[in-house]
Amino acid sequence: MSTQEYIESGILELYVYGKLNELETEEVHKMAQQHAEIREEIVAIEKTMILLSGSVAPHLSGQHYEAIKLQIFENKPNDVELKKEPKKSNISQYLGWAAAILLLLGGAYLYQQLDINKEAVLLLKSDKKKLKEEYTVLVSKNKVNEDMLSLVRDTKNTIIALGGQEVSPEAYAKVYWNQKTHTVYVDAAGLPEPPEGMVYQVWALKLNPLTPLSIGLLDNFKGKNMLMFPVDNVIEAEAFGITLEPDGGSSSPTLENLYTLGKV
Amino acid sequence: MTQEELLPLIYKKDDKAFTLLYDMYAKSLFGIIATLLKNTEDAQDALQEAFIKIWKNIDTYDENKGRLYSWMVTIARNCALDKLRSKGFSTSLKNISADNFAHLLDDQTRINGKIDTIGVQEFVKKLKPRCIKLIDLLFFKGFTQQEASDELEMPLGTFKIQNRNCISELRILLQVS
Repeated sequence: MSTQEYIESGILELYVYGKLNELETEEVHKMAQQHAEIREEIVAIEKTMILLSGSVAPHLSGQHYEAIKLQIFENKPNDVELKKEPKKSNISQYLGWAAAILLLLGGAYLYQQLDINKEAVLLLKSDKKKLKEEYTVLVSKNKVNEDMLSLVRDTKNTIIALGGQEVSPEAYAKVYWNQKTHTVYVDAAGLPEPPEGMVYQVWALKLNPLTPLSIGLLDNFKGKNMLMFPVDNVIEAEAFGITLEPDGGSSSPTLENLYTLGKV
Repeated sequence: MTQEELLPLIYKKDDKAFTLLYDMYAKSLFGIIATLLKNTEDAQDALQEAFIKIWKNIDTYDENKGRLYSWMVTIARNCALDKLRSKGFSTSLKNISADNFAHLLDDQTRINGKIDTIGVQEFVKKLKPRCIKLIDLLFFKGFTQQEASDELEMPLGTFKIQNRNCISELRILLQVS
C-alpha cells in the first residue's frame, strides 16, 4: 500500500480520534515516524478536530484558566485526591443574572401595565358608548319635555285643577284643555300609582244632567314620561273627573272610585 | 506548535508549560465536554477536573499509544460522563447521542461569539447531516467503531472512508492543508 493509499483509507482520522486498537495505533505511529506526509496529515487532521470542537465550546473566561492553574500549582505535592476548588463567586455572572431578572421583571411589569391600560381603554370606550346612549335618551326626553312645556304654556289653554275626593283626599290632577285645538292633556303626577289590574279613566262631564263621556285611559302609568297623558279632544265640557276602573276601562264611571274632580 | 514541540516543555511541569497546554487544547476539550453537559457550570467543573487529571498523569502518557490530543480528549470525555452520572443522568449510548455537537450552535446563549470561532461555526453548519452524525458519535461521544456502525447502520469498512471524506470536506472549508 502506498503512503497516499494509506492516508486515503481513513485510518489516520480514526487514529486522531483514538479509535484504533493497540496494534493499529502502534502501526500508525511507526508509519508516521517513517513518512513525513503521514505526520503532516495527522497534524492537519488534529488541527481540524481542535478547530471543530473549539467552535462549539461556550465562552471560557480567563478566570476559569486562573482557577485551574491555582488548583494545580497550589496543591502540587502529590495530592492524589482531586480537591474541588470552592466555587469562586463570579461577580459579573451574578450581575448578568441580576440584570436578566430585572429585565424580566421590568418586562412583566410593563406587560401587566399594558394589560391594565388595554382594559382601561376598553372600559372608557364602553363608558363613552353608554354616555352617548344616555345623551341621546336625554335629548329625546328633553324634546318631549319642551313639547310638553309648550303645550302647557299655550295661552289658549284652560287649566282645570282636579281636587281629591273621598276615596283619596290627597290626590290631585290638572287638565290642560286647549280651546283652539281642543286637545286635552292630563297631568297625573298627583295621583297615587294605580293597583295591579286597575287603570285611571278620564271623563269629560256635562253637569245638567250629569253626562260622563270617556276621553281616555291613563294607560302605562308607571312608564309615562312626567305623568303627562294626552287624551281625546274635547269640544264641550263643564267638568273633568278621573275614576279608577278595571283594566280596559268602563262604559260609565264608578263613582265610588272617583279620585279627582274639577269644574271648568 | 505541534505535540512534538510541546511535550518536552510540558515535562518541565512549570506554569508556563501549563499555560501552553491550556491555550492549545482548553477550548477544544470544553467543546467536547459541552456536547455532553448542557449545564455550563457543570461543563466548567468537568473541564477543570480534566485538566487536573491530565497534568497529574502527564508522565503516564505514551506516544506509542496514540496522540497526546486523543489521550486528553478521552480524559475530558470521561470527566464529563462522570459528572453526568454524579448528577443522576443516564450515560447510555442512546442517551448521550440524542443531541449532536452541531445542536450547540443553535443555542445562542451558550455559543462563544468570538470572531475566530464564528467562521468555523458557519462551516460546521454546512456539513452534511450524515457527516455530523458520524463525527459526533466517533469523535465527540467516543463511541467505538462497532457501536457507531450499529447506530448508523453502516458497515465498518464504509464509514472509515465516509468519515475521511467528511473531515476532508471540513479541511477544505477551514483551509487546513
